[in-house]
Amino acid sequence: MNPKREVIGQTSIRSKVHPVPFAPPRGEGPPPVADEHPLAAYLRMDRIPHIWCPTCGIGIAVKCLAEALDVLQLDTNKVAVVSGIGCTGRVAGYMKLDGFHSTHGRAIPFATGLKLGRPELKVVVFSGDGDLSGIGGNHFIHAARRNMDLMVVLVNNFIYGMTGGQNAPTTPVTAKTSTMPFGNFEHPFNLPALAAGCGADYVARWTTLHVRRLTRSFKEALNRRGFRFIEVIAPCSTLYARLNKLGTGYDLMEFYHNNTEIKNGADPQTVDIGFQGKIICGRFVDSERPTYLDMMKQHYTKVLGDKFVPMPEEGGLIWPPGEKPTTPAAKATAEVREPEEVTHG
Amino acid sequence: MARTEIRVVGFGGQGVVMMGHVIGHACAINAGMHATMIQSFGPEARGSACSSTVAVSPEEVLYPYITQPDILVVMSAEGYSKYWDELKPKGILVYENELVHPDVRPDQPSFGVPSTRIAEALGRKIVQNSVMLGFFAAATELVPREALRSAVEDSVPHGTEELNLKAFDAGWNHFTEEYGAKQPSRKKESTAAK
Amino acid sequence: MKTDPAGVLTGAHYLDGDYACGEGAMAAGCRFVAGYPITPSTEVVERISRRFPFMGGTFIQMEDELASMAAIVGASWTGTKSMTVTSGPGFSLMMENIGLAAMMEAPCVVVNVQRGGPSTGLPTMVGQQDVMQARWGSHGDYRIIALCPQSPQESFDLVIDAFNLAELYRVPVLFMMDECVGHMTEKVIIPEADQIEIVPRRLTKKDPADYLPYQTNGELIPEFARAGDGYKFHTTGLTHDERGYPVMSAACQKQNVQRLIDKIKLNEEQIIRFEAEAIEGADIVVLSYGITARVARMGIELARKQGIKIGVIRLIVLWPFPENYIRQLAGNIKAFVVPEINAGQMVLEVERCAAGQCRAVSVPHLGGGVHNPEDIAQAIVEAAQ
Repeated sequence: MNPKREVIGQTSIRSKVHPVPFAPPRGEGPPPVADEHPLAAYLRMDRIPHIWCPTCGIGIAVKCLAEALDVLQLDTNKVAVVSGIGCTGRVAGYMKLDGFHSTHGRAIPFATGLKLGRPELKVVVFSGDGDLSGIGGNHFIHAARRNMDLMVVLVNNFIYGMTGGQNAPTTPVTAKTSTMPFGNFEHPFNLPALAAGCGADYVARWTTLHVRRLTRSFKEALNRRGFRFIEVIAPCSTLYARLNKLGTGYDLMEFYHNNTEIKNGADPQTVDIGFQGKIICGRFVDSERPTYLDMMKQHYTKVLGDKFVPMPEEGGLIWPPGEKPTTPAAKATAEVREPEEVTHG
Repeated sequence: MARTEIRVVGFGGQGVVMMGHVIGHACAINAGMHATMIQSFGPEARGSACSSTVAVSPEEVLYPYITQPDILVVMSAEGYSKYWDELKPKGILVYENELVHPDVRPDQPSFGVPSTRIAEALGRKIVQNSVMLGFFAAATELVPREALRSAVEDSVPHGTEELNLKAFDAGWNHFTEEYGAKQPSRKKESTAAK
Repeated sequence: MKTDPAGVLTGAHYLDGDYACGEGAMAAGCRFVAGYPITPSTEVVERISRRFPFMGGTFIQMEDELASMAAIVGASWTGTKSMTVTSGPGFSLMMENIGLAAMMEAPCVVVNVQRGGPSTGLPTMVGQQDVMQARWGSHGDYRIIALCPQSPQESFDLVIDAFNLAELYRVPVLFMMDECVGHMTEKVIIPEADQIEIVPRRLTKKDPADYLPYQTNGELIPEFARAGDGYKFHTTGLTHDERGYPVMSAACQKQNVQRLIDKIKLNEEQIIRFEAEAIEGADIVVLSYGITARVARMGIELARKQGIKIGVIRLIVLWPFPENYIRQLAGNIKAFVVPEINAGQMVLEVERCAAGQCRAVSVPHLGGGVHNPEDIAQAIVEAAQ
């Protein structure tokens, strides 16, 4: 069965046209004149160069998120990004958003507090496989169960990168890591199945090769509510590729090119990844289960009627009752704030 | 009266904790005294000798636990066998006389009430504790009747006030009917203690 | 500012320390609570979860205490006043993100209704064994504020102060109740809402372009920006500079951590609070806190009958500790007597501050109950000899 072909990328609605390519062609030609990254508005350019290794996939995922924000023209004052610890844990520090670099494994509960404390925020969790499914695994399954209003981007490079290549809950069987030098023998997680099994509303997986599909998934996820899970398979050339003699990040990208199959709507149970085995990508789950905040509001309205007072969208009892916001930015955003149209992609 | 210690004991579901709460509430909020209530927790709170204690004093209660109760309210046989020897000499024993058959000591004024049966006659067995509280109010005269009665009113679930107050009055009346004659002498004794 | 009347249950109530703490938090303007059930603290969140839906508050029962603590730090960044509630085993788990709150300078309140430990210990019975953990529990150097109530009334009053101190100094404030106070029911007077002063979040008035999240301009406490107000700031648990950016250097570490210490240390005079009685001319000073302070007063009365001159100190703020006061006092007395429901924790701090000028006598009780007042009297008599 051939998966349905889809139109991808919506370049026509891009807000800006960048006449100079960011990466100039090699060899002769005019010197690069771009002094600003086309997505600089979404990045903390004062922190570049970033800490990621050459051919690491995390930067690609960050670029895709920045692009999704750009295309959607969201009010980025109201978008926050939360990371845990690890290589991907540094993402919160490179995006020009309210960024929170929390503790190892706790990005999801931290983000839960952020979302519930100020429900109007769009909260993106961006972290790695070890952080979110290892030390943070319990939080992951419970946030999915609650259908908490979070968009969770998990960059999976099959290994603990920051600490030097140790075994991860995602390491495929037989893959070598620094703590499984003779090859891993533990069963790894099938993360889309885990998320779907716990009740995630939206589950997708792409590799960093699939930049346009990944961007599209980010756009879809940003525009909806509930627990949205996007797994991004990404190369780690310094550790995973080196320990397993897989070449460089470019070689892994080539491997993705030759070994991925796009199967939208595939049963998440069937998408587990073996060592150098086929990677099934696609959007696996796209449902509309009531979210945590929906459930709370519906339930309390039903049982308490008009006595129910929900948490104000801008946060609880920040100012004396009846008083106006005091900060310049708060004032500005309070004045222009329109209820955002939620469209399901 | 320096300090009065009270223990209420019964089985889970008899409202043992609620009774301690109402007595404490009556003393602390309605009668201008200090009262510290402590309930039993954990497995102990679910068995047949579940207990709550109240320390009542005109001054601040420094020591929150009780050591030797002046008043023991018993609503289960197991509770009686567990706590009977704790009661002070000359302490007052108040008991559910169809569930507890105490070995009454002559120096300890003892007053029994069929509170469960009275509650059943009122239509809801669950108000047994309010019957007992009415009886307790009359038997101990720890606080004025109204102080305890209004504490019952404030503490019971909304909508059940009327029934609980009826139960309280039934308990109070049972004491006057059964022990009314004995009251003056006991009253004198308790006033002297104050 | 005056608090929101919606959270204030004005009147005379008969409440236990846990309920009073919950009422105090709501009166203080707390509108986000995340917690995980644990005896003997659960009544606090039971109270709150019953009342929050009527005042715009959100309670969420998280999957564990790690998550609860992380969630309140997250919520704190929205400006919504946040709290979590636990007891010993959960307190241990929370230490990770208490450190995060200290490092990020996120105001929040952590209630620990102390029970006997170690490990699962005595779930339904009293202990005061976490007071050193409160000071030193999370790794690294930081200063913290910890309060300790001795009655349900004080549980109500003091938890409001806990929220206010958290706002003033941008720290997690630890509310170290004990099981005995948490589970004892007494009269609690809740005042009118217009009698309750609460400290609002110190939101920056700077333009986003000029704002740096940890710039203090020589002061000790930076101005706050909320998530979602357009400041697009960054914060991290890593050692960071004024921009909130990680900087891995000894110089930045010194600047960052020294300020975390100094903002409490140099404001100690404003934070420290204790009751002192009959100190003048005393030979023995009894220092205690929480429920033990009440029981100790009985022991003190017994010992006074023997003609011993006894002064009394009751710590209300446990941390920062009244170091200078104890040091000066130590030169004038024979001994400190320190009863506490542990094997001797605060006595170590007393001994350190006394610095050899007088003895510091521990009166330990390992938990599961309070001291016998006679044991405290006995210790006083022995110390006076």
